[in-house]
Amino acid sequence: MNVKLILAALMLGAIGLTYFFMDRSPALERARRAEVGAEDEWASRTVWACDRRKMVIVEGVRSDEKIPPARAQQVADVLQDLMRYCNEEITARISTDARITIAANGKVYEHYVVGGPLPIVKARFGDPTEREKKIWKAELDKLVTEGDRLFHSDELGTNGVACAMCHPNAANTHPETYPKFQTQLKEVALLRDMVNWCILNPLEGKQLDHADPRMKALEAYMLAARAGKALEAGKH
Amino acid sequence: MYQNDMTRKEIEFALAERSKEDERTLRGLENCDRRNFLRVSLKFAGMAAAASIIQPHTFQLVNVVHAAEDGAQPELAFRFAYVSDTHLYARGMTHRFAKAALKAVEDVNALDPQPDFVLFGGDLAQLGRPDELALGQQILKELKAPVRMMVGEHDWYLDLGEKWKEMFGPDFYSFDYKGIHFVTLNSVVEKDFWTAKGYTPEQRMAIVSGLDDNRQSPFEVGEPQRQWLSKDLAKIDKKTPIVVFSHSPLYKLYKNWNFWTDDAEQVQQILQPFETVSVIHGHTHQLLTHRIGNIHFHGMLSTAWPWPYAPEGLPELTVQMSRSDPFNQLDGCGNGTIDVRKNGRVDKRYNLWTRNPRVVTASELASGSLTGLGGYKGPSY
Repeated sequence: MNVKLILAALMLGAIGLTYFFMDRSPALERARRAEVGAEDEWASRTVWACDRRKMVIVEGVRSDEKIPPARAQQVADVLQDLMRYCNEEITARISTDARITIAANGKVYEHYVVGGPLPIVKARFGDPTEREKKIWKAELDKLVTEGDRLFHSDELGTNGVACAMCHPNAANTHPETYPKFQTQLKEVALLRDMVNWCILNPLEGKQLDHADPRMKALEAYMLAARAGKALEAGKH
Repeated sequence: MYQNDMTRKEIEFALAERSKEDERTLRGLENCDRRNFLRVSLKFAGMAAAASIIQPHTFQLVNVVHAAEDGAQPELAFRFAYVSDTHLYARGMTHRFAKAALKAVEDVNALDPQPDFVLFGGDLAQLGRPDELALGQQILKELKAPVRMMVGEHDWYLDLGEKWKEMFGPDFYSFDYKGIHFVTLNSVVEKDFWTAKGYTPEQRMAIVSGLDDNRQSPFEVGEPQRQWLSKDLAKIDKKTPIVVFSHSPLYKLYKNWNFWTDDAEQVQQILQPFETVSVIHGHTHQLLTHRIGNIHFHGMLSTAWPWPYAPEGLPELTVQMSRSDPFNQLDGCGNGTIDVRKNGRVDKRYNLWTRNPRVVTASELASGSLTGLGGYKGPSY
């Protein structure tokens, strides 16, 4: 009889604990309701623009499912359009019947259409300042100069050959024609594949990783040297 | 014909079906000094020829039939060969440039009949160092025919020619041979750009060795040499054919790469009165042909590497070689011969190591209708 009492107590305890710890969050509710086929009017997915300031909430799509193509295109269109307001933080909500509501500047706007006006002052916050432009150009020049130095030095190889020996002023490198089928490699190559091949073979050096800053510098130099040439991928 | 350097794998492959004797020969290639290398490589060439791996003579003599001005090809007077722009590093005989230079020497030595002499076209060393020049001298000593030396900028600007003159004699001189008056110039003189900036000799050499390095001055022959040339030519009959050896082209092609002689017009003026003048120049590492009046200009190939064609200023008479294959160390490189005809005119033969040889004859140049002109235009550089 004692055993029976203990067992009963344990069972009650288990049920009680389960009830106590049971998660009755909305997600669980939704999941349970979905299982029984209830409509997901609470489901939504959020898509961010690349600047992390523009956000679109798509209603009727669960966070673990893909947005259908037509609605995804609408999301993209809205985000692209909102990027006009460079520095603003804007949230858009697209309902299941494709109505768009905008929240910005602490206010809500009900009648937004893609391409239409919003009462947000489009001051030219996004344009770079002169100082910024100078800094960016200086950084670019630094990389191009480094690439120029590497291109003309013998440190990439082991036999004293430098890229500039066969390519003075980066002549005959044709960076603007990549990607193209490189017959000798028997596959389509990018500029950096060709650079690496040259480092390995005529220069008898160690190939660079594609993300190596030296590779970036070399490419930057070649592209700068060939600036103004028409981009003709696949030529030659 | 070796596409790449002989790697261990290739040696192993070649060894697969060879006899014990051949095996020893091939193993010998791996580590040996200069003397043994030549002995071994010649043996290997013979063995490989027997097995049809490598052609014994990369120097094919091609009879080119072309229309001469008077309907008959003037008789050959004599032939000389050239080896040019070896750009040697002193890193032993297995360095690719050393091997290429040796190959050129072997090619010339395999010529039958032997040329009357061999012109070395300049840029023997890469950085003008004594050990590089010594290596070059060692390699050129293997030539059976007598050698005439010409200086290039890579030989000169480490010590301004001290070592060169000590090893090879004067940098400009003239000689007569079988009725032709030969003149060798030092046409890579540069106005002093280093003193003001306080460059060390090594820095100066490094700047000059950069083809696209615009810190250096343009090449010139210079007033002293022009005066010497005038005096030298004053005693020569205007009908005597002249052949000029010069490292820079003696005309103005592309200043950025010093494919240029700054006082070209003045030099040409001195040469103009002569009926038959041919200029053989180095430095450009490519097929290059030009004519100004009665002066024919012929470029020499390099053994080390080919340059691309300049983006502008290319003479109309040049039939471009199509772009060289970077995957083949020898493509676009080679050596050559120059046939001197009885009338003093010169035919230039480019012995490209991986392509059919190309001959540019004096009669073609005179008539202005080179084979291939108007066809392949070449890619945009």
